[in-house]
Amino acid sequence: MMSGDSPIRVVLAKLGLDGHDRGLKVVARILRDAGMEVIYLGLRQTTETIVDAVEQEDADVVGISMLNAGHLTLGPRIVDALADAGLDVPVVIGGIVPDEDRQALADAGIAGVLGPGAPAEEVVAGIRDAVATHGR
Amino acid sequence: MSRGSSREPPVVGNRTVAQLVAAARGGERRATARLLTLVEQGGQLADEVAGATHQLIDNAHVVGVTGPPGAGKSTLTAALTTLLADRGRRPAVLAVDPSSPLTGGAILGDRVRMVEATAAGVFIRSMATRGHAGGLALAVPGMVRVLDAAGFDPVVVETVGVGQVEVDVAAAADTVLVVVTPGMGDAVQANKAGLLEVADLFAVNKSDQPNAADARRDLELMLDLSELTGHRRAGVPERPAIVTTVATTGGGVEELAGAVDDHLEVLRSSGSLAVRRQDRRGAEVRSRLDHLLLEASAAAVALASVDGSADGESPGATAKRLADHLLGGPDHKR
Repeated sequence: MMSGDSPIRVVLAKLGLDGHDRGLKVVARILRDAGMEVIYLGLRQTTETIVDAVEQEDADVVGISMLNAGHLTLGPRIVDALADAGLDVPVVIGGIVPDEDRQALADAGIAGVLGPGAPAEEVVAGIRDAVATHGR
Repeated sequence: MSRGSSREPPVVGNRTVAQLVAAARGGERRATARLLTLVEQGGQLADEVAGATHQLIDNAHVVGVTGPPGAGKSTLTAALTTLLADRGRRPAVLAVDPSSPLTGGAILGDRVRMVEATAAGVFIRSMATRGHAGGLALAVPGMVRVLDAAGFDPVVVETVGVGQVEVDVAAAADTVLVVVTPGMGDAVQANKAGLLEVADLFAVNKSDQPNAADARRDLELMLDLSELTGHRRAGVPERPAIVTTVATTGGGVEELAGAVDDHLEVLRSSGSLAVRRQDRRGAEVRSRLDHLLLEASAAAVALASVDGSADGESPGATAKRLADHLLGGPDHKR
């Protein structure tokens, strides 16, 4: 639904007590330099603060960074919380996700997974593809 | 802009702009958020939203918050709006951060310092300047109007750091709060013209630092000087109040909330509020007209360089000829 020349608006956050936000800051910078507007929530967010932010910011996509192996629980929880709030927005997970978990995340409605060391172009493409294929 | 009634109204998702406005006024935050997006994107739908909201406004107290980078604008805005939400008001915040001039991207980080405010129910919208010179995005007045029409009060506009911003925010707000900190004497000095001319209220934030009293005294001195010269912004009925705050602990925030309310009361009772809002409309017309003229000017220059009509002409002569054309010179049509 976004018109072609408006920047993609992406909410970036970390959930819960995972305190490693260096990767998230790098991703924020990569996306900014790709011309996106990054609504940076940072550390210690909850599903509620993420849903509030996505709603109020009318975001196009959410990126959650997870380095604490919580992705199989927390990833689907975010997807469900957004759906419950009536928000049709793709969720991309970045961080340490074993290959064998990717299918489970896709089945749970996660739009994309970006692993550690993903080059900048892959990060940008991952976010763009999530927005484009979500068909807003 | 009004449209012919024969045409179908444009639809956003599965709702018309009128339906979105009705939903926003009924308290649906998603509808408010979508209307803000439409205004920010500009174009025909933005005009539609402007048409649907411009008669529904002037219920919100519009408060601009500005000051040097790092003064604590976000934290103080969060503390103030959290307090007001806890008292049963419905505050909204528009937090403006700069866009990168190179890529057009932006990192909007104000929510990091506004977690409590979000939890208290404050509606927060982050926005980038999107290349608009002057520190506030072109869309700010229209977005303030959406929040006002949706029943939020107050609507707090937090600007990027100092620059020409003060003038912009003064044109967009009922009350301008300037946030300074101890030890920023030089920053205040450097910007004192702008700050003094537009401030309705000062907060000396981080006032638990040792030289807070000095900062306050410096401000008082500057205000004394401006009283001496008799200079005062039009519609400013009284000397700006100075409140000392510690945003991170909430210190002084109740007093600040009181001072913000007091200023609105002074504006009301003196008749300045209507004047200021009238000025605000004029400023918005001016800013939108500037924008249209800039676009027309860029297009005319591009065309002249493509069609070769500027060849052999001095730059000044070309500019004059294009201006005649744009502003209704010899071959003017409308």
